[in-house]
Amino acid sequence: MIRPMLGEAWSAMNANRLRAALTMLGMVIGVGAVVIMLAIGQGAQYAIQQTISTMGSNLFIVLSGFSSSGGVRSGSGGGPTLTVADADAIAELDGVANVAPTHQGSRQVIYGAQNWSTQVIGTTPAYLDARAWSITSGSGFSDSDVRSATRVVVIGQTVAENLFGEEEPVGKTMRIQQSPFVVIGVLGAKGQSLDGRDQDDTVLIPLTTAQRKVFGTPFVGSVRMIMVQTERADQMEQVMAQTTALLRQRHRLRDDMPDDFFMRNLSAAAESEAATTRTMSILLGAIASISLIVGGIGIMNIMLVSVTERTREIGIRMAIGARQRDILLQFLLEAVMISFAGCFTGLLLGIAIALGINALTGMVIVISGTAALLAFAVAASVGIFFGWYPAQKAARLDPIEALRYQ
Amino acid sequence: MTEAVIRVEGLGKSYQTAAGEFPALRGVNLRVDGGEYLAIMGPSGSGKSTFMNLLGCLDRPSSGAYFLAGANVAEMDRDALARLRNHTLGFVFQGFNLLPRMSLQDNVALPLVYAGVDKASRRARARVLLERVGLGQYADSLPNRISGGQQQRVAIARALVNQPRLILADEPTGNLDSQTSEDIMALFDSLNRDGITIVLVTHELDIAEHARRQVRFRDGCIISDHLTGAAA
Ligand SMILES: Nc1ncnc2c1ncn2[C@@H]1O[C@H](COP(=O)(O)OP(=O)(O)O)[C@@H](O)[C@H]1O
Ligand SMILES: [Mg+2]
Repeated sequence: MIRPMLGEAWSAMNANRLRAALTMLGMVIGVGAVVIMLAIGQGAQYAIQQTISTMGSNLFIVLSGFSSSGGVRSGSGGGPTLTVADADAIAELDGVANVAPTHQGSRQVIYGAQNWSTQVIGTTPAYLDARAWSITSGSGFSDSDVRSATRVVVIGQTVAENLFGEEEPVGKTMRIQQSPFVVIGVLGAKGQSLDGRDQDDTVLIPLTTAQRKVFGTPFVGSVRMIMVQTERADQMEQVMAQTTALLRQRHRLRDDMPDDFFMRNLSAAAESEAATTRTMSILLGAIASISLIVGGIGIMNIMLVSVTERTREIGIRMAIGARQRDILLQFLLEAVMISFAGCFTGLLLGIAIALGINALTGMVIVISGTAALLAFAVAASVGIFFGWYPAQKAARLDPIEALRYQ
Repeated sequence: MTEAVIRVEGLGKSYQTAAGEFPALRGVNLRVDGGEYLAIMGPSGSGKSTFMNLLGCLDRPSSGAYFLAGANVAEMDRDALARLRNHTLGFVFQGFNLLPRMSLQDNVALPLVYAGVDKASRRARARVLLERVGLGQYADSLPNRISGGQQQRVAIARALVNQPRLILADEPTGNLDSQTSEDIMALFDSLNRDGITIVLVTHELDIAEHARRQVRFRDGCIISDHLTGAAA
């Protein structure tokens, strides 16, 4: 039953090509818009997910405030309030996987004639674990390097490229400020961070070396920041609360005194960024799908015209034995066919434009099979939904009235 | 006695018009047996087409009863009526009513589509019928490529394709010249010889002479019903 009707629907569409094409245009634009919006939205989500996965998971940081000696806070005059001993104490808390005290700053690095300004991070080996940072050649530094403040450095990809070019950096001696450092390892690439910085534009050195030889802080044992990683995501809140209590106790803060440190949940910040992107991409898709409805109304409009124009044909078909459901099916098939053809064209057009956007702007786009499938499901639904009323109208015609129609 | 092909009792049909209800048929009684060849005559507006549309299950009566091959048409739903139009009777119109975008073969085969016949059989049977009406060589042409008389022959082939026992024709030669009309009537004659019951409406006496029985309408009533010379 369906097969001869498909053929008829096809020839009906062919009989009025311009009209069918114009009717399809609404669907083409609607599906095209949805495909492009989904590609861009999913691309943005993908980019965010990539970035988040390079950051490391279940992370929060404790930033030091400033205080003068004696526990009285005084704006900026004193040294950092956090110490390596604080970090060691946090490491004893339940649920803590890694703790990395860090001291960082921007410094000139030099190798031969090459000169580069980069972020120098003094830290402990736990930092690499917390950030799930791999080493592509050589090795990282050890706890004993930290204890004896050796002059070794692990460099990021960007620094390796800018200072060493094609040369193998491991084993070479470079300088940070004036001090010579031996490169013992090169870090794996991580790309951009959430705030757009190049995470590979960095070098890691032992915390003690940083404090004594690079930053020259007068407050030995104090640090700017402590990075903490919990074992599981659901432990974040609890560990952060315990850290606050622990630090207040260690810093001997009375109940009426504010914290002399700040905490920031990096993973939560990343998650909320991801959620924002997700919401945005859903919103874009939703707005685009409104044009699908407009396309559907276009189909309904043309189908209504077609039913009126073909009233006599419907009468003839009924006179030779077409049942109501035969007529219904015939017009429904026509609507769905137009919808499908429009959808397919829209899909191709959308993919082409999305690829074009990617080629021209470098924006990340993701074209998923799900999106394509969704577009087709929508096309079928739109065809059936908006084709139903006209088809119903055709099927309900009275045979003799339809035959008399001129 | 076998069941009549057509049996109508007190059949009435009124149309709603601006001037009120208009009775186009007023209590018609008629019985047509299998194999009969009947011509309906009468002046314009006497209710012939109204009657034919009721016989063809295209319209429903306002009053009275209609039994088609023994089945009470008044009790049937739309799908059952569609089935009767498809299987039991074939209708031939004055204006041919072929579908213009379809080849002659597809036009003839269309009732078989609604009967659920497979494609190969549809083709084969449409071919046979087109050959029978002498138009086999035009099977793939569109209706507007052939003459009116040829179109009417295609319409008759279409009416026959599902092997109905009854052919209803409302002024089948009304749009045709006299020679072509004779050809069409020869076709009806041969169908009737094959045992198909035929009821046709005509204005013209020489057309009506092909039938074996003549029924005359006036003002929605049958005023005469007699055998013709052809019956003898
Ligand atoms: N759809 C209709 N609405 C109102 N009046 C109609 C309709 N069809 C036919 N009539 C009227 O019914 C009468 C019978 O018409 P019809 O059956 O077509 O006559 P015939 O075929 O014998 O010329 C005529 O007076 C005609 O005007
Ligand atoms: Mg008439």
